[in-house]
This record gives sequence, C-alpha cells and structure tokens, in this order.
Amino acid sequence: MYGNFSRKRRVHGMLKLYYGLNEEGKTVDQAESMNPCDINGTHFDPEVYLNKLRRECSLGELMDQETCMVKQIRSLDSDMQTLVYENYNKFISATDTIRKMKNDFKKMEDEMDCLSTNMAAITEFSAHISGTLQDQHAQITKLSGVHTLLRKLQFLFELPARLNKCLELQAYSQAVSSHRRARCVLQQYSHMPSFRGIQDDCHAIMDKLAQELRQKFRDGGSSAKDLSECVELLLQLDEPAEELCDKFLIHAQSRLEANLRGLEAETDILEFIDRGCNEFVSSLCLVIASYQELFVNRPQEGELASKNIPHMAIGKLHAFVDAMATCYFLLVERRIQEEKSVGDNSLLVRALDRFHRRLQAVAKLLPGSAVPSQGTEIVVRAARERIKQYLAALQRFYLDSLRDVRQALAAPRLATGKDAPASLPELLSSLSASILNQIKSVLASVHLFTAKDITFSNKPYFKGEFCSQGVRESLVVNFIKFVCQSSRQFCESAGDRGGSTPPALLLLLSRLCLEYETSTITYILTLTDEQFLVQHRSPVTAVAALCGEAREAAQKLLNHYVKVQGLIISQMLRKSVETRDWVNTIEPRNVRAVMKRVVEDTTSIDVQVSLLYEEGTRKAHSSDSSKRTFSVYSGSRQQTRYAPSYTPSAAMDTNFLSNIHKLFSERIDIFSPVEFNKVSVLTGIIKISLKTFLECVRLRTFGRYGLQQIQVDCNYLQMYLWRFVSDENLVHFLLDEIVGSTAHRCLDPAPMEQSVIEVICERG
Amino acid sequence: MYQLYFVLQARALTSQTAESDAIRFLVGTQSLKFDNQIHIIDFDDENNIISKSVLQHQAGEIWHISASPADKAVLTTCYNKTSESRVVTCGAVWRMPPEWESGSHESPDDPHNSHNPQNLELLCHLDNSSHGNASCVLWEPMGDGKHVISLADNHALLWDLTESSTQATISSSATLEGKGQLKFTAGKWSPHHNCTQLATANDTAIRGWDLRTMSQIYCIENAHGQLVRDLDFNPNKQYYLASCGDDCKVKFWDVRNINEPVKTLEEHSHWVWSVRFNHSHDQLVLTGSSDSRVILSNMVSISSEPFGHLVDDDDLSDGEDNHQDEKTKEPLQDSIISTYEEHEDSVYAVEWSSADPWLFASLSYDGRLVINRVPRALKYHILL
Repeated sequence: MYGNFSRKRRVHGMLKLYYGLNEEGKTVDQAESMNPCDINGTHFDPEVYLNKLRRECSLGELMDQETCMVKQIRSLDSDMQTLVYENYNKFISATDTIRKMKNDFKKMEDEMDCLSTNMAAITEFSAHISGTLQDQHAQITKLSGVHTLLRKLQFLFELPARLNKCLELQAYSQAVSSHRRARCVLQQYSHMPSFRGIQDDCHAIMDKLAQELRQKFRDGGSSAKDLSECVELLLQLDEPAEELCDKFLIHAQSRLEANLRGLEAETDILEFIDRGCNEFVSSLCLVIASYQELFVNRPQEGELASKNIPHMAIGKLHAFVDAMATCYFLLVERRIQEEKSVGDNSLLVRALDRFHRRLQAVAKLLPGSAVPSQGTEIVVRAARERIKQYLAALQRFYLDSLRDVRQALAAPRLATGKDAPASLPELLSSLSASILNQIKSVLASVHLFTAKDITFSNKPYFKGEFCSQGVRESLVVNFIKFVCQSSRQFCESAGDRGGSTPPALLLLLSRLCLEYETSTITYILTLTDEQFLVQHRSPVTAVAALCGEAREAAQKLLNHYVKVQGLIISQMLRKSVETRDWVNTIEPRNVRAVMKRVVEDTTSIDVQVSLLYEEGTRKAHSSDSSKRTFSVYSGSRQQTRYAPSYTPSAAMDTNFLSNIHKLFSERIDIFSPVEFNKVSVLTGIIKISLKTFLECVRLRTFGRYGLQQIQVDCNYLQMYLWRFVSDENLVHFLLDEIVGSTAHRCLDPAPMEQSVIEVICERG
Repeated sequence: MYQLYFVLQARALTSQTAESDAIRFLVGTQSLKFDNQIHIIDFDDENNIISKSVLQHQAGEIWHISASPADKAVLTTCYNKTSESRVVTCGAVWRMPPEWESGSHESPDDPHNSHNPQNLELLCHLDNSSHGNASCVLWEPMGDGKHVISLADNHALLWDLTESSTQATISSSATLEGKGQLKFTAGKWSPHHNCTQLATANDTAIRGWDLRTMSQIYCIENAHGQLVRDLDFNPNKQYYLASCGDDCKVKFWDVRNINEPVKTLEEHSHWVWSVRFNHSHDQLVLTGSSDSRVILSNMVSISSEPFGHLVDDDDLSDGEDNHQDEKTKEPLQDSIISTYEEHEDSVYAVEWSSADPWLFASLSYDGRLVINRVPRALKYHILL
C-alpha cells in the first residue's frame, strides 16, 4: 500500500517537477489546505471554524480573534481597492486593442480570399504545365535508361576489343575482372545472336587468355609472384583447381627432373650431394613453399571455399614430394653405392651429413612428410653398406697381406735359399702390425659417422645399433672371425689338394692366431668399445668366445703344419721303402741319402719353428743320449725282440714280449694335437714320419742286407732325431718297432753287428 | 669283447660269407719263416665261447683272404711266394677239407692242434704271369661262386670258374693306364646293378668299372689326400660307397656326384686300413686303423634307414657288452658309437659277421683277433 502510494507520489512529483512547482511548499500547503479550520485554506468552512473557536476560546480570546479578523478584513479590502485602481488603465487599453484587432481581422479576411483565388489560378496553371510537360518527362526518363543500357552495351561490344588490348598489354587481371562483370549478362542474353557473338568472342579471347596464362604458368621463367597471380586468375576463370595443381606440379617436376638429370653427370660424391642439395632440394623446397602459398594457404573466398582445395592440394603435394624424393633417393643411393673406394670416409660422411641436413628443410616445410625419415634411412643404409665395404676391404687387405707374405716366403728361397726362415719373425710382426694399423684406420674412418658435428649422429641408430651391431659385431668381430676362418680354410683346402700352402705360412698364421688369442683381440675390442662407447643393449660376441675361436684356429693351423711337414718327410720315406728291391739289395755301406735328407729337413723345420715358437719342455736326458740309448736300443732289447725267432717255439714269446712291452708303453697317437711349442711340433712331425716308415716296412719283404740297411738307417735316425723330441723314448720305441717289423719281414734275418752299424753311421 | 691270439702276424680276415648260421671268421697268417695257416674262428654266441680250427696254407704268407658266397668250403687267398730271391704275389682258389669241422674242433690253447693241422686243397691258381702280382681277389657278391675278379698290379681280371672250381679262365680284363707305375691297392665288387660294377682304388683315386664292357664309368681323382686303402659299397643304397685312406679320413661318396664326398669322418689318428658297412643296417660303419683303434660309427644321416626310432636316454644307458664310454646320442645324428682300443698294434682288417649282424671281428698285426658286439642299447634302438 505504501509502495503504491509512494509510487504515485513519485509520479506526481515528477509531473510537478515538470511544471516547475515546489513540492515542499505544495505539501505544506496541502496539509494546511486540508484543514477546514485554516482560514487561508481552500477547504475553509466558516461554520466549523466558528464552532471551533467558540468551543475552544474564552471570551477574551474570541474578542481578540474578532479584532484581529476585522483588522485583516480591513487590510484586505484596502489591498483590493489599491489593485483595482492600479489596473484600471490596463483594462481600458486592452479593450481598445481588441477593438482594433477586430478591424484588422476583417481586412485580413479579404486579403485571404484574394489569396485563395490567386492560388486556385496558380494551381490551374501548374496543372496545365504539368500536363504539357508530362510527355517530355517520360521521354527523358526513357532516354536516360537507354543511355545507361547503351553504355553497358558499349562495354559489352567493346569487351572483346578491350580484352584483346588487355591481352596485348598483358593486363590479365583487368581482363579477367572485365570479363567477370560481363559474364552473367552475356550468359543471360546468350539466346540473342549478337550477344552470342560477343559471348563467343569473349570466350575465345578468354580461352586465349587462359591459354596464355597457362603458357605463362607453364613457362619456367615466371617468378613466384607471377605464378601466384596466374593461379589466382586461372582459378577465377573457373579453371579446375585440381588440374592446376597437377599442372603446377608437372611443371615443377620437369624442372626437378632436369635437376636430377644434371645430377647424374656429377662424379664426385661431395659435389654430387652439394649439387643435389643446392639444386634439387632447394628447388623442391621452393616448389613446396610456392605451392603451399598458391593452393594451400590462400584465403578462401566465394565458391572456391566449398571445393576444399587445400585438402586436395596437400594430398597432391605429398604424393608429388614423395615421388620426387623417391627419384632423388634412388639416384643418391645409386651414387652412394658407387662410392666403393674406402680410402677417405670423411668425404662420404660429409656428403651424407649435408644430404641429411638439407632434408630437414623439407621436414620443416612439409611436416607430415616421410621424406626426412627416408633420408635418414638412406644414411643408415649407407652406413651399413660402408661397414660392409670396410669389412670387405679389411678382408681384402688381409688376403693381400697374406699373399705378400707368401711371396716373401717364396722369393728369397728361390734367390738365396737361406734367408727365408730368418725373416719369419719379421714377416709376422710386420703382418700383425699392418693388420692392426689397418683396423685402426678403418675404425677411425668409421668413427666419423658418430662425430658430434654430424647431424645424423644423434639419431638412435647411430648412437646404439651402429656402434654395437655395426662397428663392433659386423666389422671388428666379423673380421676377426674371418681371420680365423680363412686360416682354417688353409688347413682344409691344402689337406686334400696336395698342400698348396707353404708350411711356413701355416706356421706363421698359427702364431698370428695365437697372438690374437693372447692379446690382440682383447686390445682391438677394448679399443672399439672405448672409441664408440658401445652400450651393449643387444647381445654381442664375448671376447672369450673370439679368443677361443682364435686359439682353435691356431691349434688347427699348427696341427696342419705338423701334418704337412710330416707328410713331406713321410713321402720321402715311403718312396724310399717302396721303390727299392729289399730282397736283392747289397750289403749296406752307407746310410741311405734319404735318411740324411730326413735329418736335414727335420733340422730346418726345427730352425723354422724355433723362430716363432718357444722351445717347450722335454724330458731330461743325458748329454750323450744318442750314444747311450743307441746301445740299449740295438743291444739288449733288440736282441730279445727278434733273436729268438729263429726257432719256431719261440715265436710265441716274441709276440708275447712285444705285447708285454706295449702294455707298459703308452699308446702313441700319431696325428694328435700338438702344443704351442717347438718340441711338441717336432715330436709330432717325427712321430708321423716314423710311423709311416713302420707301416711301409711292414708291407715289404726283406733280404738279409735289406734288414741290415734298415738297421743302419734307424741307427742314423736315432743319432740325430732324439734331440728334437720331448721324449726320446718315443723315438726309440718307434725305431725299435721299425727294426722289429723289418726283422719279421725278413727272409734271412741276420742282424748286423752293432759296432759295424756305428762305424757306418759315424762315417755318415 | 672276446680276444684271441695267434702266434703269427696276420693281416687277412674275412667272415665265411656262405655261412649264415654259425658265426665264423677266417684269418690268414703272415709269416716268412713258418708255414702259414688259415684259422677258422667259431664263436658260440650263446655260451660266449671262441673255438679255433687251423688249416695249413703252405703256399706262402697270406695278404688277402676271401670266402666264396656260394660254397662254405671254398675260399681264395692272395699270398706271397718267395723263390730265388724273388717275391711274387699269387692268387689261388682253395677248398677246405671236409673233415676240418668234425676233426679239429678244439680249444685254441690246445698245443696239439697246431702241430697236426690239415692242409687246404688247392682248386686252381688264379695266375697269369703276364699280369703281375695279385693284390686281392673278389667274389661275385651273392653269386653262385663262379666268378671272381683278381686285381693284379694295374689289371683287373674277371675269371670264370668251372663247376668244381678246379679250373679258372680269364673271361675279360681291364687295364689301368696312365703315367708311372700304376697299381690297384684295393677293390670292391658292387652288389648292385646285377653285379656289373666294380670299384677300384689306385693311389689317391677311386674308379668305377662296368664289368660288361670292362670300361671305366667314373673316376674320383684325389678322393683322398693320400693313398686310398679300402672301399666298401653300401649294401642297401646302390650309389653309396665308403672309402678310407692314409689321410686318416673315411669318406662317403654318392658316385652320381663325385665332386664332393657326401660325408667325411675324421676320427682316426692314423691311416685307416679298412672300412665296412654292416650288411643289414648300413648306418653301422666299422673302420680299422693303424692307430690301433676300431671305431664303430652310426651314420644315420646317409643310411637307408634315415629315420631311427626315438628312444629315451634311459633306455640307452644299459650296455652290458659295452664297457667303453658310450655317448648318449640323439636320434638321427651321425655319431661315433664306440671306439675299441683293445688292440696294441695296427688294425689292418675289420669284418662283420655274415651270420649275426650285431657282431664283428677286428684283426691287428700282432695277431690279435677281437670279436665285439654292437652295444645292446643301440641294437634295440635300431630294431625297435
């Protein structure tokens, strides 16, 4: 209620404000005016006022009130008189004025009448004029319409000429905008022959223009800005964007292909890559950039927006870049593959680095592209290939070194005959040093791949796999394995095909492998691990395994050496036994020459082996072994061996004795593995030779002098061979067997006197 | 393992090919001073008793012996005959006297036995002075005992024997020609192709001959690094041939491809003198060597029974007869079954029994004959 009231008041207040009334004064007035007793109020009721006064006031007060009121009435009367008096003149003048006005109005009325007639006349005239001007006005409007139409038509008619001119001036954009303006109209009125003609003309011209634009687009020389303009215009000419992309790319392709063709002529790898980077990759980047400018990043407007050009364009661009990059990569890979010379790796690494570095630009331009990763793969492949090449080079080097050693072994022997064995240790050390140097230089070359300033060196491949699988396993370990394996091959091929490998080489290789086992392998692998900080993430060949392999190879080579040397001596002995008629031979006067030869050869082998291998241990023997054992051998034991066999009953004893003897002697393994020392090697060779001697003797039949000759020969061998072997009893035993077997194979076993044998042997 | 000693040295060993019931081996002795003998070794498998009979072979020391596949009593020998300071090797066909079996079946230790042995009956000489020394005589395998081949120096002579084998005539011959003094060292008559093929060894080469035309059909030059000592045909695979030689190797050949051996064994440490396929189970190969060892190998990969039976290792551990270390072996893998080291001297001959395929004999130069069985575990492995 109150709110309502207050609102009313407010509205009221605002009205009051509008009429410039003082609200406060008014309210006071109102409050007063509401009182019927207020004598000045509008609601004053004399009766109420009188009653009130009568009730409330005493007589004195009433008297006072009456006087006061009379006083007030008198003053009011006087005031009124004054006012009337004062305003009288004004009333008079006002009456005059009104009278005058009455007159004036009358005059004005007349004039107004006159004016209205005049106006009617004017209206009439004006209507008349309008009527007469009506036609002309319509004509003018029409004319002005015709004028504009004609202007337009003129534009249309002039359009072909204008377009032609534009064409001439190469103001293509103007032409295109003109044509665009006219195009709709022409299209609309194309049913009229003349317009049709114009339209056709325009079309022809525009085609020509488009042609020219395309030509320009196709031409190589145009700048990127021109091209962009071209494309813009062509797009406005409703040229399909797809086709434009294709054309643009084809155009680019031809240029890029020209670059590639240019590349093919290049010979030097660094120049090749440089040129590839500067020409091909730069062009490619340029193409990508301008293409993106033209098709991908352009602001979309109007109808073009709906066609989703960027999406299509990006797809095309990717395909294009991939295709071009593939061509380029093919070329690069072929070129890298041609890079076979392993001399200077730094060139290749630099080239690869540049190659890799420049491809990063493509990556930046075209984020989703596979090109950089492919490029990295090429680098990785190239690195792998390189490792293979280095391995092959190392292997070649090794084989070449071996060939040199072989020649060195053969040549002096032909020339002087004595120097060959002397140079064995030198050959070994030079061979081993040169191989080690070669490995080091190869490692240094390969190390370039992981240099810090090479961009691809921080790729995961080059940090991990390249070092461990590539360099360590594929290169170093494989090379060591190759050395062992090729050494083993010497053993296999030579065994069957008559020992084409010189024995000295076998010995030398054996020593080389042994050195590898003891120190070189560890050294090389440690070196590799240190240089390449190999982290063994994947399992790698252990040093111990390689050492084992090397030792095995060394053992095999040495065994083979023993076999080959043993065979050479064996053959001499065998021929000497097989070719002789032992039944009808003459009484021995000399040691046969072949025995001297055997001793000579054994001595020279001894010298040869001692150059590379340590002496080794032998069983102790007296200073005069040859003499002392000799007597034992041919005296007591030999007598018991075959002397009793003259009588049939004793035959059993012979065998029995020999069997008893064998029970107590250790079994002799003829072709048994030898130890890495001279004595063991020589023991092996002598064992093989004497065993052959024994087997050959058993296949023959001897006469008395045949037996005696064998006795002499064996004695001679005894005198000289004991010093070479680890256990002289071995020589005794085998020679014993030989003489024993000869006695068994003898038709007339009459042994020679020991003293005579000695004399003959002393004589030599 | 059962051993037997002879007084004399011996190189020649054969099983009695025509005998399929009794386990019987023939050994020819080699002595220049005494009368040579042929020892007939009988092995009683059930009682494990070896018994020996002796026949005199007075013609000379025996280098090679070979039993007729048709007649138990007929055999051939190659022997050295020494006359007037000349040593000539001859070949001859002999018949054992019919009484030997009943008459002299005594224990080998009986001294009486060796004093009064019976003589072999000479049927005919396979001699032809123009063809030189005979190195071995081969019977036609599984034949009727009418054809033999003798290898004499560089000739291979095919002989036809009469019904009673008393007369031999040369029906055809082949001659090895070439530089130097060529000499056949060993030979083997192939049991395949209707017995029309012969393989011979000379020096390092192995040659195949067609007996119908007496012409060479193949030649493996440098089959071994050194001399080839012996040959044997796989009885079940017609193109497979084993050879052994002075390079300590045993090689297996497929004669259709002679460039490479199918397999090479290098287990011996000296010359290998003899190689023999088991007659029934050709994966079992026996070799004897002058390193005094006999090696029994299981060449599963190139045998006619390449798919052995899978047997648990537990079953293989049982080996009553085999006191050697027997390796537990995987099925289908070539392996050495056993190395026999009983011999003290060079082993020049090894031979499978013709009666019992699980039994074999080896002979060393010192006159020791050793009879061994295939380890029982292996036997069951092969059979089951």
